[in-house]
Amino acid sequence: MRDDLVLRVVGRLLIPAILLFALYVQFHGDFGPGGGFQAGVMAAAGIVFYSLIHGLVTTRRIVPDWAVETMVAAGVLIYASVGLAGILLGGHYLDYSVLSSDPIHGQHRGIFWVEVGVAVTVCGVMLKIYYMFASRGGAED
Amino acid sequence: MLAHFTNVITVFLMVAGLFIITARGNLIKKLVGLSLFQTSVYLLYISPGKLIGGTAPILSPAFTVYSNPLPHVLILTAIVVGVATLALGLALTVRIREAYGSIEEDEILALDHSVEDDEARESH
Amino acid sequence: MAVAVWAIAFTRNLFSVVVLSGVYSFLMATVLVALDAVDVAMTEAAVGAGVSTVLLLAALRLCKSEEAKPAHKPWLPLAVSVSTSVLLVYGAWGLPDFGDPEAPIHKNVVPRYLNNEVDVPNVVTAVLASFRAYDTLGETVVVFTAGAGIIALLRRRKKNPDNKGGGA
Repeated sequence: MRDDLVLRVVGRLLIPAILLFALYVQFHGDFGPGGGFQAGVMAAAGIVFYSLIHGLVTTRRIVPDWAVETMVAAGVLIYASVGLAGILLGGHYLDYSVLSSDPIHGQHRGIFWVEVGVAVTVCGVMLKIYYMFASRGGAED
Repeated sequence: MLAHFTNVITVFLMVAGLFIITARGNLIKKLVGLSLFQTSVYLLYISPGKLIGGTAPILSPAFTVYSNPLPHVLILTAIVVGVATLALGLALTVRIREAYGSIEEDEILALDHSVEDDEARESH
Repeated sequence: MAVAVWAIAFTRNLFSVVVLSGVYSFLMATVLVALDAVDVAMTEAAVGAGVSTVLLLAALRLCKSEEAKPAHKPWLPLAVSVSTSVLLVYGAWGLPDFGDPEAPIHKNVVPRYLNNEVDVPNVVTAVLASFRAYDTLGETVVVFTAGAGIIALLRRRKKNPDNKGGGA
């Protein structure tokens, strides 16, 4: 599909827009519809679109396997450590109001990092699932 | 009748998904039916939250009446868990296809029974 | 949507079934917007019509078959479905009316959530990430477990002469 002109042009236009929109949805999840899940799925969809046009090998060079697997685990770890930070700073597990001197600002910080963790895990898992399915169809041993 | 219209539609979609799961033997179609069933359950949860004249639950000084945000939260989790389930089911289907050579329920059961019969005959 | 569901039940070409399920997800996202559930609609559109369709197509490519003709008429599932639907509609009759502001769902915890305690305008994000953060932690772990499960199921061992089909 790499040789199809229409797909290449449309991909060049759409894929950066999709990734940018995913970042926008992630960080504006506080003020409009959005949040971690939507952003993670959209980023994964953008990269899957790229891989449909240019092939799995090229995509694996850009987003290698070790990066995807690290993303899968890192998101859960970020989420859990936000909770632990709550304990270390004197509050309960996942208590955000102790994360900063002003409890409201602490809530903002907590929600920000938690959403980042969720988005990273969701994006990593969706990408990993796609990689596994797409690479399975090679030579059946 | 009109007041329960959404419930009737939801029940129809739910039962249609149930019919696809039980009546069709193809594994991929069963999984699609399962995801249809789950989608109709989302409708079941979200439609009671809607207030006529309300708006999306994003606080803003221009609106006073908001639709109930609690079912939205529960269903967001449910959607992501649903796709995780679908992915695992599809992975199992792919492995079954590689092991049995078919994804029709009847053929797989027949293969299993014939293997059991062969083993029973060999051990006598 | 009822038409899409009917077509999915009776079409035998699996590719059309997958495309129809994507159409169904998009229609569901539209209905959800009409019900003021904007976050949920965005997630349903991205997940149901995007990722889910891609995964089904990938699995279909690996399985490469069409649905066989059903061997016997589905009388028992039809009877079960019809009786279940009658029971469910009978039960749903007792639920509050559509759009009723006096329903108990609006009374218990929701006035507190809508009170803007954490200064985050999107109430759904505030509830997900702050009021009910444990549930979201559990859900992230579920997604992680699904990823781990898929890696375990579909991983290919290194080539082994007496190993069939990529390892057990």
